[in-house]
Amino acid sequence: MKWGVVRFPGSLDDGDSMHALADVMGESARILWHKETTLGGAECVLLPGGFSYGDYLRTGAIARFSPIMKSVAKFAADGGLVIGTCNGFQILCEAHLLPGALTRNRSLSFICERVWLRVENAKTPFTRATKQGDVLRLPIKHGEGLYVAPEDELRQMEERGQVILRYVDSQGRETESANPNGSMRAIAGVANERFNVFGLMPHPEHAVEAMLGGTDGRKIFESIAGGAR
Amino acid sequence: MSTGAPVAVEGDRKVSVEEARAHGLSADEYRKIEQIIGRTPSWTELGVFSVMWSEHCSYKSSRRHLKTLPSTSELVVQGPGENAGAIDVGDGWAAVFKIESHNHPSFVEPYQGAATGVGGILRDIFTMGARPVASMNSLKFGSFEHRRTRYLLGGVVGGIGGYGNCVGVPTVAGEVMFDAAYNENILVNAFCLGLVRKDEMMSARARGVGNPVLYVGSATGRDGIHGASMASAEFDKESEAKRPAVQVGDPFTEKLLIEACLEAGRTGAIVAIQDMGAAGLTSSSSEMADRGGLGMELDLNLVPLREAGLTPYEILLSESQERMLIVAERGREGELQAVFEKWDLHAVVIGRVTDDRRWRMRWHREVVADLPVGALAADAPLYDRPAVAPKLVRDPEPSPNLSRKVTGEASAKNALRALLDSPNVASKKWVFRQYDSIVQSNTVEGPGSDAAVLRIKGSRRGIALKVDSNPRACALDPYLGAVGVVCEAVCNVACAGARPVGITNCLNYGNPERPEVMWQFIRGVDGLRDASLAFGAPVVSGNVSFYNETEGRAIPPTPTIAVLGVMLDVSQHVTQFFKNPGDAIAIVRTGRPSIAASEYAAVFGIDGGKLAPIELEHEAALVEALVAGAERGLIRSAHDIAEGGLAVAMAEACFNPRAILGAEVDLGRAGNADAVDFFGEGASTVILSIAPGDVTKVEELFASREIEFAVIGKVTREARLQIGKAIDEDVSELMRIYENAIPRRLAGSD
Repeated sequence: MKWGVVRFPGSLDDGDSMHALADVMGESARILWHKETTLGGAECVLLPGGFSYGDYLRTGAIARFSPIMKSVAKFAADGGLVIGTCNGFQILCEAHLLPGALTRNRSLSFICERVWLRVENAKTPFTRATKQGDVLRLPIKHGEGLYVAPEDELRQMEERGQVILRYVDSQGRETESANPNGSMRAIAGVANERFNVFGLMPHPEHAVEAMLGGTDGRKIFESIAGGAR
Repeated sequence: MSTGAPVAVEGDRKVSVEEARAHGLSADEYRKIEQIIGRTPSWTELGVFSVMWSEHCSYKSSRRHLKTLPSTSELVVQGPGENAGAIDVGDGWAAVFKIESHNHPSFVEPYQGAATGVGGILRDIFTMGARPVASMNSLKFGSFEHRRTRYLLGGVVGGIGGYGNCVGVPTVAGEVMFDAAYNENILVNAFCLGLVRKDEMMSARARGVGNPVLYVGSATGRDGIHGASMASAEFDKESEAKRPAVQVGDPFTEKLLIEACLEAGRTGAIVAIQDMGAAGLTSSSSEMADRGGLGMELDLNLVPLREAGLTPYEILLSESQERMLIVAERGREGELQAVFEKWDLHAVVIGRVTDDRRWRMRWHREVVADLPVGALAADAPLYDRPAVAPKLVRDPEPSPNLSRKVTGEASAKNALRALLDSPNVASKKWVFRQYDSIVQSNTVEGPGSDAAVLRIKGSRRGIALKVDSNPRACALDPYLGAVGVVCEAVCNVACAGARPVGITNCLNYGNPERPEVMWQFIRGVDGLRDASLAFGAPVVSGNVSFYNETEGRAIPPTPTIAVLGVMLDVSQHVTQFFKNPGDAIAIVRTGRPSIAASEYAAVFGIDGGKLAPIELEHEAALVEALVAGAERGLIRSAHDIAEGGLAVAMAEACFNPRAILGAEVDLGRAGNADAVDFFGEGASTVILSIAPGDVTKVEELFASREIEFAVIGKVTREARLQIGKAIDEDVSELMRIYENAIPRRLAGSD
């Protein structure tokens, strides 16, 4: 599968995403510079983590105006697959390609740690290599990952299966202490109504090698790549 | 060629010896300036001299002693003299690394002070052409009960995270200590390591007369003027007013600057590059010219400014962050400018390299400063300050309580719990959870084990890193304390399975004009030198921070040491945690521990005493054996005994984050269950766990090197820690104490 990894000024996990996709998973991946206006034939666009434009204003608030984002929006509107991790998720929300918003962690501080996530919907292009209820171990590292959306919208999202990942404990149970940032309904990842745009705060690209602490992130990338074959 | 007196600028004051004093220069130093340049300096020149001749920039009190440190080995690619040192780590890679202090600004403004400390050390690394791949830090705060400690802790940790996380360089290890001795002078020492292909390293040596000088990065503002001077004076009641001398960091611009500089480096059009750190444009331009034996002429009107109305004095002394100075190959400046434009950064030609060895600054065409290049650097004052041992250290009084027995079960148990609850021993998770430790996908072991371990992509090799200090030991004996710090840091790296190959140091002391402080410093350097020689690990870079004192009270001598280790196969690395029930637990050591300067002594109020002697040959042999054991895959875990002694180290080895385990040991031959056996500290005791079938082989590794080896027990599935008859504890309960100690204190009061 051909992947395009967008590099905004201030992107940080762009190199890690390239490494995970190309070096570890053997996928075809290239960097898309934010000033470009075409996606170079990418079949899946990945918006990586980082602090685009420093995120001094509001996370993702400026990156959504980068030239490439017009092409990404058009690509998504045409049904193309788009995944945003961490800052990429924040940008997708700011660009209204995904519902909701991400605000400061409940603790008001940055959190870097491995968390457990339960797959809530395995019938999406991003999770088809998993089973509903599977528990994945992925790292998070963010200061603004508290997911919020209006109660009505949350209810509809749940009904439509748009909540894809939820923070849980190692046994797959939803508990207060297993929700690291205080997200509403412990939401860690959501899709749009068409299920072709997916955003998540955890970093699957940082969980593809056993030496670095785990390989559960591969399941996300395998789901996406597998669907294309 | 004009060498006449520079013109005055509007707003310039009349230069006099009094003004020189107000700038922190002594009357003798002022006379020396007049002598060197043969006239009265201009106002701008006076400002320039005051920062370049400050202790912070000139190392005038320390240079003489630092020269005695070993700085060569067959692996040294770059020793002291450039922005950072570099060591060959194999497969064509050089590791570029350095540690630096940002103590004074962090005390005045903790968030920005710490943040810009991280930014500054990063620039020292990527100015060498190396991509920064790992950061560490060593932090010293006052006692947890002190009114400012929590504010300073929150600010410093927030600043390190805020900057480090945003530039995408993982913070992989660090140390944090709380002690009342730092109530009025905290320490923030920041370390960074970068990797560069050995043949692509860049230099800060200007070459090529006529080559253009480019200013790149952020525009210049008024922030940080006289920051270097602030770092060269003690604090007093007015220190709060020094806040404007603290710079403000912009990590986003730093990230762009890293990418742009590394990309610009690949064009081959960069001749020399240096960051504008302390003393900003002045130091970068004069030092690059001086290293190349050339001159430099700059037009200050071309410098990008944040606001109108800056004077040449302010432009030259500004310490605005995220700026670099580049000497480009003539005719290729356009290639470089294209790269910086891509990253939306300034890149302006502001001057040329000249052949007349003069540092000449122009403002509206007129010369406002015209000095011999050497006057600012090589000819800076050099002092051989008097040093006298303080009475207390010359005549140590052994504390009567030093060898007291731990009587009955309760006291050993309570002491272990009290130590695990001490912020100095307890888990620092609250701190390191706020740092991105995994970005760049190289972190094999992050914060929490003895040493951090990184892989090098495309190579089997790995790197181990450790930063360490022991001010309490250095206060008792500044020589032996410094030796001990190196031993401990080196041992930690060896525990991970890496061979120590290089050292960087940050030497934090009080006012060097006081003979007792100078004596502490000299003894510290002596210790560092002897230990570095014993391990064959040269000191390739470093930094000195004097004047860590407030109203006459100095910090304890605090040499902070960071060690770089290299392992041939990163998959063979070892951690501190027990792995398998049934594995044998052994201790290896080079000497007996001591209660003096231990955390036990601090918690239970035992002063003074004498440090245990250290035999450096034995220490080196221990390191050899640990590395050999790891390379042959014979060691399942290795944990160096540090704060809290053997009992705490045993507990920590049980706290395996994957699955906690237990241990059943009896000290038997190794000790008689005195306080010193449980809680004594020494640089050189390691707890190993070994597969039962490998015990003989491991014993042979140590015995053949005449290092004491004793099997003392085994790892158990049941998570209980049993040490002889004195301690029998539930490990998860101990872990709860260990993990809650800092959060509990932060949640308490207000």
